[in-house]
Amino acid sequence: MEKLNKKEYEKYVEGKIPKPTYVKNIIMAFLVGGFICTLGQFILNYLLSLGLNESSAASFTSIALVFLGSLLTGLGIYDKIGKIGGAGASVPITGFANSIVSPAMEFKREGFIFGVASKMFTIAGPVLVYGIGGSVIVGLLTLLFKGR
Amino acid sequence: MDYVKAFIVGGLICVIGQILLDNTKLTPAHILVSFLTAGVVLGGLGLYTPIVEFGGAGATVPISGFGYALSQGAIEGAGTKGLLGAFTGGIEAAGGGIAAVILFGYVVALVFNPKTKD
Repeated sequence: MEKLNKKEYEKYVEGKIPKPTYVKNIIMAFLVGGFICTLGQFILNYLLSLGLNESSAASFTSIALVFLGSLLTGLGIYDKIGKIGGAGASVPITGFANSIVSPAMEFKREGFIFGVASKMFTIAGPVLVYGIGGSVIVGLLTLLFKGR
Repeated sequence: MDYVKAFIVGGLICVIGQILLDNTKLTPAHILVSFLTAGVVLGGLGLYTPIVEFGGAGATVPISGFGYALSQGAIEGAGTKGLLGAFTGGIEAAGGGIAAVILFGYVVALVFNPKTKD
């Protein structure tokens, strides 16, 4: 094989790199994300039809979706959905459940405290820090600006 | 009509995530945390409420909706219980999801083993 100079080599490599499939990724994220949210709406409407008030129904919907996301991750199905849907699978709350179960399973051999229970929070930890911390700041600002 | 709106709004929020994933060095974990934080901030400013009113579960199911629930809880708590409510309101509102994620996450991780990558 004849020697290539640096530029030619770069050109050669560039031709070999698979083109990122932006459009397809966006369409799949839209479809998968949209589907999961529609499922959420279905659960929400069902709970409302049972006579639950809005905030209870919303909480139960989160709980149900978290359950589904965890279970599908355990069964190895959610990772497949993630491969197809990309952000469409990771942005919904089912993806949050997935981000907890995956590392927890992965590190089980390190024990139940430093393996499962600790690694569960690899991603959930930051989520809770910014979520709960942020909510307290919002609460304090509300007091500050609206008075008591 | 609920379902169509949920599909479109939820789908679009995920598309924003996908565009960030493909065009920046952000990982899905970064996206989760930033969307959640965005939900808290937009919720605090009152800007997420119209999205929820229009999109329903399309706005509440994405992780930004979780941030929205936290901030709305804190605002409500601050209104009804003052300083204590400012601290407890967020967790109270999002408590169901947090408790579920901890219990189900733990149990599922105990019962199942990671599937071999294929």
